[in-house]
Amino acid sequence: MTGFATDLFANFWVSLAAKLALVATMIPLIGMVIGFAEMKLSAKMQSRIGPYFAGGRWGWAQLIADGVKFFQKEDLIPEDADRPVFKSAPILVLVGTVALFVVIPFGPGLIFRDLSVGIFYALAISSISTIGVLMAGWSSANKYSLMGGLRAAGQLIAYELPLVLAVVGSVIMAGTLSMSGIVEAQIAAGYPFVILQVVGFAIFMIAALAELTRIPFDMPIAESELVMGYLTEYSGFRFLFFFLAEFANMFTMSAIAVTLFLGGYWLPGIPESVLVFAGPVILIGKVAILSFVMIWFRWTFPRFREDQLQTLAWKWLIPIALANIVITAIFKVLF
Amino acid sequence: MDQDFAHHLSEVAVSVELETPDMTLNIGPQHPSTHGVLRLIAKIAGERAFDVKPVIGYMHRGYEKLSEVRTYPQITALINRIDWVSGYANEIPFIVAAEKLMEIEVPERAQYIRLILTEMARISSHLIFMASYPLELGAATPLFFALRERERVLDLLESVTGGRFHPNFNRIGGVKPAVGSGSTTRKQIQDLPAGFFTQTKDAMGKVLDVCEELETLVAGNEIFLARTKGIGLLPPEVAAAYGVSGPNIRASGVKFDIRKVESYLPYDQFDWEVPVGENGDCWDRWWVRLTEIRQSASIIQQAVDGIPSGPLQAKVPKVIKVPEGQTYVRAENPKGEMGYYLVSDGGSGPYRLKIRTASFSNISILPWILEGILIPDIIAVMGSLDFVLGDVDR
Repeated sequence: MTGFATDLFANFWVSLAAKLALVATMIPLIGMVIGFAEMKLSAKMQSRIGPYFAGGRWGWAQLIADGVKFFQKEDLIPEDADRPVFKSAPILVLVGTVALFVVIPFGPGLIFRDLSVGIFYALAISSISTIGVLMAGWSSANKYSLMGGLRAAGQLIAYELPLVLAVVGSVIMAGTLSMSGIVEAQIAAGYPFVILQVVGFAIFMIAALAELTRIPFDMPIAESELVMGYLTEYSGFRFLFFFLAEFANMFTMSAIAVTLFLGGYWLPGIPESVLVFAGPVILIGKVAILSFVMIWFRWTFPRFREDQLQTLAWKWLIPIALANIVITAIFKVLF
Repeated sequence: MDQDFAHHLSEVAVSVELETPDMTLNIGPQHPSTHGVLRLIAKIAGERAFDVKPVIGYMHRGYEKLSEVRTYPQITALINRIDWVSGYANEIPFIVAAEKLMEIEVPERAQYIRLILTEMARISSHLIFMASYPLELGAATPLFFALRERERVLDLLESVTGGRFHPNFNRIGGVKPAVGSGSTTRKQIQDLPAGFFTQTKDAMGKVLDVCEELETLVAGNEIFLARTKGIGLLPPEVAAAYGVSGPNIRASGVKFDIRKVESYLPYDQFDWEVPVGENGDCWDRWWVRLTEIRQSASIIQQAVDGIPSGPLQAKVPKVIKVPEGQTYVRAENPKGEMGYYLVSDGGSGPYRLKIRTASFSNISILPWILEGILIPDIIAVMGSLDFVLGDVDR
């Protein structure tokens, strides 16, 4: 990089603007790619064709067309709605998602902010979107929305602990809370942590599905029960925010899982000098695999009941996760 | 005690005792899972529903009254639309009732064709259930698997009758001659379309295949089992008391199938079984319907093998007039017992036609079966009863 460019990016405002521009293009792009993948994969699984005409070939422009459609829709707010809360809920949900990107290492040094408590920050910030969901449900002045919002809050109680406990195993193995530190620990160890943390990885993925409110844990939306749950009264632009947040969140949760358990941006046998450029590609490739699994689950499984999720989380996931932590700690001390 | 003081007291009482008023939830008439325009008024405490009241009548079309001002051949076009998911099966009991009063002997070949098409209607109706029920529990994919095979069955129905949903194919004395049969002076009556029997056998094989597929995809799923086993228990006494019929009462363990009891179609000439459930929960209702698809496919295969040749129509007068009298004919429709109580005064249309539909009696169980269960289970139970709103309101 030339001296001028370095100086320019050293300027706080310029670098902030560059980062904002990057985020503003990346999140819709990721949302669209995953959304399109979901459309096409679900079509494949259901012997359909899926989007076909938009954009000329394979319907690649379908989600752009959908996005434009959402922009054109009337911004409907129910008369009895709590307007400020109703309006701010989708923003809060999207902010929770965007803020997660801060700590995801895309390559050696390719990280927005390498916090020393990176994973702690990620777990904390990922819960913010639940508050947005609760706000959306509460402010809509719709009984189905209210029940959807409350279900999301109830769901938080079920998945949050297994999610945190599943992470602890990897953190103990790495000896650091920093996201890039965890990846470096895996590089130093020479194997991704999933080899010893299969249990932790499985629990993390189950809890992540619950956090993403995807089938089999999509009770807060539950079309067949609650019409559209907390999304019932949202339309147009605000609905688009939720929609984008869902798919971008899929990316971030997968990226966190990849970082913690699958070696992040690293593949065995690739030298560090190449990783700087190949890192993002490797990370996105691994994320794509996990996203595929999530999509696959969604189009295969029926939906749990809320109380069945609580049973699953408190009777199975949490004890298993605790046992996993104890065993990991014992091994860490002994070896 | 002056008024101010009383007011003050009531305020104190409110602040001490936390009031929790009931929340009333209207499920429907516009709701994704009420199968049309059924409305449930439920009092809910959290996710638990109490005192569920079904409200029906949003789709009342007055078919009983309309039948009184129409002639017999016209009525089949109406009653097709009662339970539109199995339109063909609706025609049979009415036509048989009219034939019974007129004392017409229907040719055996026509009876076999009626039987084959009725069983096809049953398969298509049950496949709709197989498609929509997992969807109500959140699984979208079985829908496409089931509807794909249903399309084959509907194609066959269409090739014979010209209609997919509303065949209007039965005539008093037999079945409608196929297209191109010519005028009445040329008595050459065309038969079923060419290749119908081989296509039917092929389609039945595919239907049996999709039953296997659904069994692995749906019944092999732990979440599906957790959502249906032990949910919506319906004891046989209660079911009988409410007049529940069809697969719903068989799932409760009552071995009652009108096809075995009455002789409105020659079912006794085939080898088939009546599937019976054990507990009467949602799972049993699902399983009974899946097994019935298999049984129906087997009946059709046997009927295709053994279909006799002969005319499609008995000799009937040009203007159909049913002699004075009354009769009740019931049939095992996909949704349950469907019966027509036909009163004739000797005219060209019925004097009175009382229609007994299965779904109407089946949903009378709703307030009992939905009492005190969770909202997700309301959807699971309602879906498992498999009713059609046209069949409820008619």
